[in-house]
Amino acid sequence: MIRAAKYVVFVSALCPMVYLGWGAWAHALGANPIETITRETGVWTLRFLLLTLLATPLRRWTGWNDAIRFRRMLGLFAFFYGSLHLATYLWLDQFFDGAAIIKDIYKRPFITAGVSAFLLMLPLALTSTAGMIRRLGGKRWRQLHRLAYGSAVVGVVHYWWLVKADIRPPRNYAIILGVLFVSRIWYGLARRRG
Amino acid sequence: MIIRNAPTIRSSEITDENVYLRRREFILAAAVPALAAAAGFARGVTLDAAQPAQDQIPNLRKSAYTLNEEWNTYGDITSYNNFYEFGTDKADPARNAKSFRVKPWTVKIDGLVNKPADYQLEDLLKPHALEERVYRLRCVEAWSMVIPWVGFALADLLKRVEPSSQAKFVEFTTLADRSQMPGLRSAILNWPYVEGLRLDEAMHPLTILAVGLYGRTLPNQNGAPLRLVVPWKYGFKSIKSIVRIRLVDKQPTTAWVAYGPQEYGFYSNVNPQVDHPRWSQGSERRIGEFFKRKTLMFNGYGDQVAGLYAGMDLRRNF
Repeated sequence: MIRAAKYVVFVSALCPMVYLGWGAWAHALGANPIETITRETGVWTLRFLLLTLLATPLRRWTGWNDAIRFRRMLGLFAFFYGSLHLATYLWLDQFFDGAAIIKDIYKRPFITAGVSAFLLMLPLALTSTAGMIRRLGGKRWRQLHRLAYGSAVVGVVHYWWLVKADIRPPRNYAIILGVLFVSRIWYGLARRRG
Repeated sequence: MIIRNAPTIRSSEITDENVYLRRREFILAAAVPALAAAAGFARGVTLDAAQPAQDQIPNLRKSAYTLNEEWNTYGDITSYNNFYEFGTDKADPARNAKSFRVKPWTVKIDGLVNKPADYQLEDLLKPHALEERVYRLRCVEAWSMVIPWVGFALADLLKRVEPSSQAKFVEFTTLADRSQMPGLRSAILNWPYVEGLRLDEAMHPLTILAVGLYGRTLPNQNGAPLRLVVPWKYGFKSIKSIVRIRLVDKQPTTAWVAYGPQEYGFYSNVNPQVDHPRWSQGSERRIGEFFKRKTLMFNGYGDQVAGLYAGMDLRRNF
């Protein structure tokens, strides 16, 4: 049952990429397709990151323990879309101009934040296998994977800093992230007391 | 024995040094087309299949203001717009401005003029011969287009209303009608949208009031029925759907300066040397092109307009 559900989630999670690929081929991404690809891969990174962070609170709220079994896949999809987003920037925005990229990362706070959010995800993706969990030990692995929160926070900041005037979309992601934080703190306190 | 051979390579076969120095670009250019085509950038034609629904403008004159650059497609120009009164997504204006009423339309001209008036648009336009002006448009967001506008010199209108000697600036205002413009419900900018020019900028022959593009009346999303076009400034200076033109003696507070004075200046001349605080202005993506281009000083109109700013520090007066 969970196995089948995982297939469904996996195929669904690929849909944004399939849409972008088809859209690019069919000229259906609007007048500025590179901008569309950049924006969509970025937004989907954030969405998958938030979905990943939702797994634990969801289990606690609903008692549905299997929620946790989707977490790794969702996290890896966040990393997947983050990689596409970064690749779009490196290739289609900067055309692999190393000096310009380094200057950009240094000079533009929103680029600095974006690259940081990606780098925070990198060790999480690398240690996502069962073997790595075993090698690190559950406790250390869990501590390391709290970086996912850091990545999400920096990711929202990256989004916030790049919008020109309409901050509503990044603000909505910030609110969702805030709710997830509060739920985690709430649960932590309740456990300490109980 | 010394053998002196004449060089066997003809000079015509030697790669020009400039070309040689740009060899990486050519290698990239050769490698990229397949990928670019796959990514949807191969464009063969200029005019889209999408038939413009706007009326053809009669008696249109060609003008000397043209460019030896490919025009952007009608479809791109009318589907990718910043017109926050109709929403902040580029696709919003085309969607939300469909039923925008541009007839009847009144333009108030007041302030420091000898002949203030509330003009019906037809009366305002009557004495002016409309001509085609092909201009680059450079958005502050680092994309650009080439657009064949239809319009007339703003100077001709200003001369008609006779600015008084105290007039130093021109302030323009966009309609702010909540019943028609869904974007006004959110306070993203201080509505109504206000823009301004120094009087000499407004009188410059490149500065036009546009009523059309591609030989047809302006689509609503492009600022119908009357908009400003100032090709050497970032696009947001070219205010849309104008209802008021006021001559004043003080520099107007424009909508974007009110929003972020550290990010947007009154002048907002296209300037690759002065970055937006958050992003570079050194290059731009011409809509429809795969590679980015270098941004030109004054958007390539330096020969005509640099004199307006002689002696000014453009880094401070950004």
